Amino acid sequence: MSETAPLAGPAPAPAAPPRTGRSFGIGPSVGLLPFLAFVGIFLIVPTVTVCIGAFQADEGGFTLEKIRLLGEETPLKALRQSLVLSFTSAVVGAVLGALLAYLVVTAPPTSIVRRTVTAVCGVLAQFGGVTLAFAWMATLGFGGLLTDLLATYVGGDPNGSSWLYEMPGLVLVYTYFQIPLMVIVFLPALEGLRPQWREAAVNLGATTWQYWTQVAFPLLRPAFLGSALLLFANAFAAYATAAALVSQGAPITPLLIRNSLTSEIVLGQANFAYALALEMIVVVALVMGLYAWLLKRTSRWL
Amino acid sequence: MGAVVWRVSRWLLLLAFAAFFLVPLVALLNFSTRDTRTGERTGAAWQALVEDPTMTEAITTSLLLAGLTVVGMVVLLVPTMIWVKLRVPRATRLIEFLCLLPLTIPALVIVVGMDNVYAWVDYLIGDSALTLTFVYVVLVLPYSYRAIDSALGSLDATTLSEAARSLGAGWFTVITRVILPNIWPGVLGGAFIAIALVLGEYTVSSLTNYETLPVVIVAISKANAPESMAAALASLLFAALLLMMLSFLDRRRRHPGGK
Repeated sequence: MSETAPLAGPAPAPAAPPRTGRSFGIGPSVGLLPFLAFVGIFLIVPTVTVCIGAFQADEGGFTLEKIRLLGEETPLKALRQSLVLSFTSAVVGAVLGALLAYLVVTAPPTSIVRRTVTAVCGVLAQFGGVTLAFAWMATLGFGGLLTDLLATYVGGDPNGSSWLYEMPGLVLVYTYFQIPLMVIVFLPALEGLRPQWREAAVNLGATTWQYWTQVAFPLLRPAFLGSALLLFANAFAAYATAAALVSQGAPITPLLIRNSLTSEIVLGQANFAYALALEMIVVVALVMGLYAWLLKRTSRWL
Repeated sequence: MGAVVWRVSRWLLLLAFAAFFLVPLVALLNFSTRDTRTGERTGAAWQALVEDPTMTEAITTSLLLAGLTVVGMVVLLVPTMIWVKLRVPRATRLIEFLCLLPLTIPALVIVVGMDNVYAWVDYLIGDSALTLTFVYVVLVLPYSYRAIDSALGSLDATTLSEAARSLGAGWFTVITRVILPNIWPGVLGGAFIAIALVLGEYTVSSLTNYETLPVVIVAISKANAPESMAAALASLLFAALLLMMLSFLDRRRRHPGGK
C-alpha cells in the first residue's frame, strides 16, 4: 500500500475493496474506545477487584475464609435485617405508591395535582438520602416538629422518638423515598391501561369489580411486581439515608460495610468489606435479573 | 352516589399523601429557622450557609463537582452514543448494558473496590475532592443514557448525517453541528439529573473522606443542627428547582410541531 502513497489524490489500489470491507467492520469501532476504557477503569475494575478480593487471603493466594465468615452471626444478622428492611419498605412503598399513582392518573395530564405529584416524586426519589434523613430528624427527633406537638398536646416523649434511629425508623424514612419511586416507575404502566379495555369489559356485562379483578389486575400484575422488585433493589443498595440516621452500630449490611471500611477489622478480618460487597452484588443482581424478566412480560401488553 | 363517595375519598387520600410528604419538609424549615435554646425565630442558620467558611467551601466543591461531572458526561457519552447510532449500530446493546450497569452495581460496591484505581488517579493528577468526578460520571450514566437515548430515538440521525456528509461535512461537524443541536433538550435533561444526583451524593464522598455538601451537612449536624437542616432544605429545594426546569423543557419539546 505504501507504494501508492506518493501519488496525489485517492488511488484505488487493487487491495482497496477487501480493505474497505474490513475497515468498515473495525475502523468505526475505534471511536468507542474512550468510552469503553473509561467504563472499564472506573466501573469494571472496581467490581472485579471486589469479586477477586472476596476470595483472596490478606497474604495473597486463594481462600474461602471470607465467604465462610459471611455465615457468622454478625453479617448474617445484618443481611437478614437488610432483607427485611428492603422487603418491608418495598411492599409498603409499592402498595401506597401504586395507590397514589392511580389517584394521579385519574386526573387529566395537565392538572396541577398531577404535575405537582410527579415533580415532587421526581425530587424525593432521585435526590440524596441524607436530606431525607434530616427531614425526619427535624420531624420526630429531639426538638422536632411532631415531637414538640405530641409532647404538648398528647404527652409524648419530649426527647424525640428513639425508634427513629433503629429499624422502624429506617423503614419509615425508606418508605419516604420508595413511594415516590413507585409512582415514577408505575405511572407509565397505569397510563398504558386503555379505556377501550374497560369499555369492552362493560359492554360484555362486567361489573366494576369484575373489570378490576379479571382484567386490570392481571394486566398490571407483572408491572407491579417488577416495580416492587426495583424498589427492593433500590432499598437494598441504599446507603446514605441509613448512614446519616444511624451513626453507631451496623444493623444492616451497607452499614457493616462502612464499619469494615473505616475500622478496618470486622470479625478479626481485614478487607472483609470485599466479601460483604460481593454479597450485595449477588443479591441486587438476582433481583434486577428478575426485574428484567418481568419487564419483558409487561411490554407484551402495556 | 358512588361517584360522590369516590370523589371525596380520592381527595381525602390525596390530602393524606400530601401531609405525609409535606410535614417533614415543613419540619426542616421550622427547625432551621429557630434558635435551639430560646425557641425564637432567627435567620442565623440560613445566613451561615453563605458565611460559614466550612459550608461555603463544601457548597463550592459540590457545585464544581456537579459542573465537572456534567462536562465529563457530555464529552464521554454524547459522542459515543451518536457514533454508535450512526456507525456501529451493532454495539447498541453493549453500550446500553454498560450504561445501565451502575443500577445493578451499588455505589457502595464501587467504593469498596476502587482503592487501586484511585491510588493511580491520586498519583497522576493529585489528591483532590474533584477527582470524584470520574466515579460520578459512572454513577450518572444510567440516567443520562436514558435522557439522551430518548432524544436520539425521536430523530432520523442517519438521514441527517448522510445529508450533511454529502454536502462535504466531516464527522466532527456532523456530530457537533448537526446531531448535537437536535438532541440538545435530551442532553440538557441528562445534565440536570446529573447535577441533582451529584449535589446529593453521600456514599462515595463520605467513605473517601472528601468534604462535599452532604458530608458537611452530616458532620456539622451534632454541633449546629439548625445550620445542617437549613443546608439540607436548601439543597433539596435547589434540586426541586432543577427538576422543575427539566419538566418544563420536556413539555416544550413535546408540544411544538406535534411530533
